[in-house]
Amino acid sequence: MNIPYTVTARPDTGLYNAKLGIWLFLASEVMLFGALFSSYILLRVGSQDGYWPHGWLNIPVGTVNTLVLITSSITTVMAWASCKMSQFGRFKFFHACTLLLALTFVCIKSYEYHDKFTHFEITLKDGTWADGHFVENHLTKANNAYTGYAILKGHIVQDRKELFDVREHPAAHKEIRIEGAQIQSMERYGPWHHTYLAIYFTLTGLHALHVIGGAIVIGFLWGPGSRLWKTDPERFTNRIEISGLFWHFVDLVWIFLFPVLYLL
Amino acid sequence: MQSDAQTLPYPHAHEARHEEAGFWSTYVFSTDHKIIGIQYGFTALCFLLFGFFLMLMMRWQIAHPGQPVPVAGPLLASVLGDVAAKGTISPDLYNSFGAMHGTIMVFMAIVPLAFGAFGNYLVPLQIGAPDMAFPRVNMASYQFYFIGGMIMFVSFFIPGGAAQAGWTSYPPLAEAIPTNGQTFWLIGMIFLITSSLLGAVNFIATVIQLRAPGMTWMRLPFFVWAQFVTAFLLLLAFPPLEAAGVMQLMDKVAHTSFFLPTGLAVGGKLAQVSGGGSPLLWQHLFWFLAHPEVYVLILPAMGIVAEIIANNTRKPLWGYKSLVYSALTIGFLSFIVWAHHMYLTGMGTKIATFFQTTTMIISIPSVIILTCMFISLWGGSIRFNTPMLFVMAFLPMFGIGGLTGLPLGFSYSDIHLHDTYYVIAHFHYIVAPGTIFAMFAGIYYWFPKITGRMMSEFWGRVHFWGSFIFMNLIFQPMFAQGMAGMLRRMADGGANYSQAKAPGLIGGLSPTIMGLHTFILWAGVALAFAQIPFIINLFWSIRHGRPVDSDNPWEATTLEWQTPTPPPHGNFDTPVEVHRGPYEYSVPGHAQDFTPQNTPD
Repeated sequence: MNIPYTVTARPDTGLYNAKLGIWLFLASEVMLFGALFSSYILLRVGSQDGYWPHGWLNIPVGTVNTLVLITSSITTVMAWASCKMSQFGRFKFFHACTLLLALTFVCIKSYEYHDKFTHFEITLKDGTWADGHFVENHLTKANNAYTGYAILKGHIVQDRKELFDVREHPAAHKEIRIEGAQIQSMERYGPWHHTYLAIYFTLTGLHALHVIGGAIVIGFLWGPGSRLWKTDPERFTNRIEISGLFWHFVDLVWIFLFPVLYLL
Repeated sequence: MQSDAQTLPYPHAHEARHEEAGFWSTYVFSTDHKIIGIQYGFTALCFLLFGFFLMLMMRWQIAHPGQPVPVAGPLLASVLGDVAAKGTISPDLYNSFGAMHGTIMVFMAIVPLAFGAFGNYLVPLQIGAPDMAFPRVNMASYQFYFIGGMIMFVSFFIPGGAAQAGWTSYPPLAEAIPTNGQTFWLIGMIFLITSSLLGAVNFIATVIQLRAPGMTWMRLPFFVWAQFVTAFLLLLAFPPLEAAGVMQLMDKVAHTSFFLPTGLAVGGKLAQVSGGGSPLLWQHLFWFLAHPEVYVLILPAMGIVAEIIANNTRKPLWGYKSLVYSALTIGFLSFIVWAHHMYLTGMGTKIATFFQTTTMIISIPSVIILTCMFISLWGGSIRFNTPMLFVMAFLPMFGIGGLTGLPLGFSYSDIHLHDTYYVIAHFHYIVAPGTIFAMFAGIYYWFPKITGRMMSEFWGRVHFWGSFIFMNLIFQPMFAQGMAGMLRRMADGGANYSQAKAPGLIGGLSPTIMGLHTFILWAGVALAFAQIPFIINLFWSIRHGRPVDSDNPWEATTLEWQTPTPPPHGNFDTPVEVHRGPYEYSVPGHAQDFTPQNTPD
């Protein structure tokens, strides 16, 4: 049994099956991310005045990551074009670049995640808030009370609102000694900390899963999957095209994520 | 219940690639669309029966609150433990059963049956294709469905039991319940959604790419059109629920506050959450899926009904193009009516007005479809076989379901009827004697193609009349109960609001209204007995039914009847070419009263 149009295009639609399939899949992906972006808008519009964060993410790092992904899109196109021109060696080179760039993106993203998970907001008993990263942490918690001390690199604010807009006044980074007895409560900048972080982690986490998934597919086609080149180069080129379309979509999502989460 | 072969472990997956393989690759890890269709159908029918069983337990509890369930009670007590102590149904268990009845019926029974089973088996055959465009994706689609279904099923047996917050899973309630049932529900849903998504991509690609030469768009059987539109609904409406599911999972697992507002109190105490979320956001995302989902439930049924009507009236369908354009219009409009489920949420009257307008507009193409089907009967010399009986019942039953929806679509009359038994009666008329009857009709109609044998006509009729009478006896009284103000989702069936319990209460439920519970219970039990002939007939006929005398026992025109019986892997012996429309019955001047689509001029 042979299914028609697996490799060559059907004349009246101009598409081979998998190409139509991936476009349909991407349409559903648009709806998936579209729902999350809509949720972002609704949560932001519905947030209390002054409590939607600005400047919590590092723009230069985000910019570098944007450039990394855009470059990987270019290498993906070059890899596909190399296949079309029957230059298998060039294909191997360009897709190796794509893989390395994907890995770079994930590493940078992990660094950003790590930064958030080690960032603390500490409510002090005197009605002020300390905010920053620990340099030394000798705190222990028992029965909801803290003992010991910690050195925090960050700042102390009188009004909690000041923690939400750090664009104009970049947080002064002093080393502050905090005694356990001063601490009312303490929370990391994880997804539970604020709705902004919740949608940030959900959106970028889902996007990172797409990056990793795409990288696995590209890695397979670069490694063991590339044996198909010897037996059926046209089919192999199609696979590169399909995975490339997915990769471009993943990049495109990031192009939307970056301004929405970092800049606005 | 899931003791069929599909529960066996997976290490044999690689065998599926060998053509000459044994039982495993032929029936379990098959990439043949027909086998996958049968897998879908069998699993979905099991879930359908299971969902019905949950309902019977609930009907007992509603009619006799707090009394031990006869027959099944000891089983519940031994399997589920404390929540079913002494064979009674506790309110928690009632809530679990209610939530899971809805979830199972919608996502694991009807959709897989209508779309997965019938669509998979018939669409490639009807368009003259050798298989689906992506056979292995098709297999994965079934496997995701099966895993999702198992996760849902297993959740009954975890501590605390299955999800309790209704099939709609509204937060904050869904997140405030301190058991893990909801987490299982969400993970199960993500699998089911992935399954639908893979299926939808596959169906659309198949219909666009694999139509046989000559099979132009306007020569497609209406069933294919219905499945095509359905696939688009699944493709585009499910992802927002997947997003919502991921967010609710984050709320449950990572303690975010997507759907939890600031100042939320649970059990009299301020919840320890960051707040700032929106419960309405969930409802919007949920109904953005779940309203198109309603059309996912009904469109394939309409497709089946159209095929059977044309075949048994021996006439072309009346208004084929109107049917096609109506289906497309429904597909489009179904994306902009979702908030008519939310009139009472306080989202505002302006938004309500918009959605009530679109809701009234979407009833137009639905009425066109029903009208075309009624007119198709006119002047026909109708063959009243079992499939046709079910179809003839579908038409007025769907009519009742549709017309009773209009008062719910208006925001002012919805204020009175919202969340009452009226709503239950309304949508069950569409799904139970509507869609499920069409499914039964489809099973009786295509069974000879699948097995090469006919199902028993006599027992088919017994099944039909039993189902038809008792379905109506179950759902008609609910209209009265709902209009009297009885709310749904009450574990005691509204006993606390009855005149018996609270004499003198204004608007209290009268003894007559309360007494209908007992009536409905026994109608439900009778409906269960009416399914026994069907189950026996289905399995008995596989080996012992009367063999068909040709590949085309119903003398039909569409391509699935022009194959060997049952169709082999790859479907058609010779290349198919299509020369005519799908319903050329009783064409004047032809020797036979049907002209198959692949007959040359």
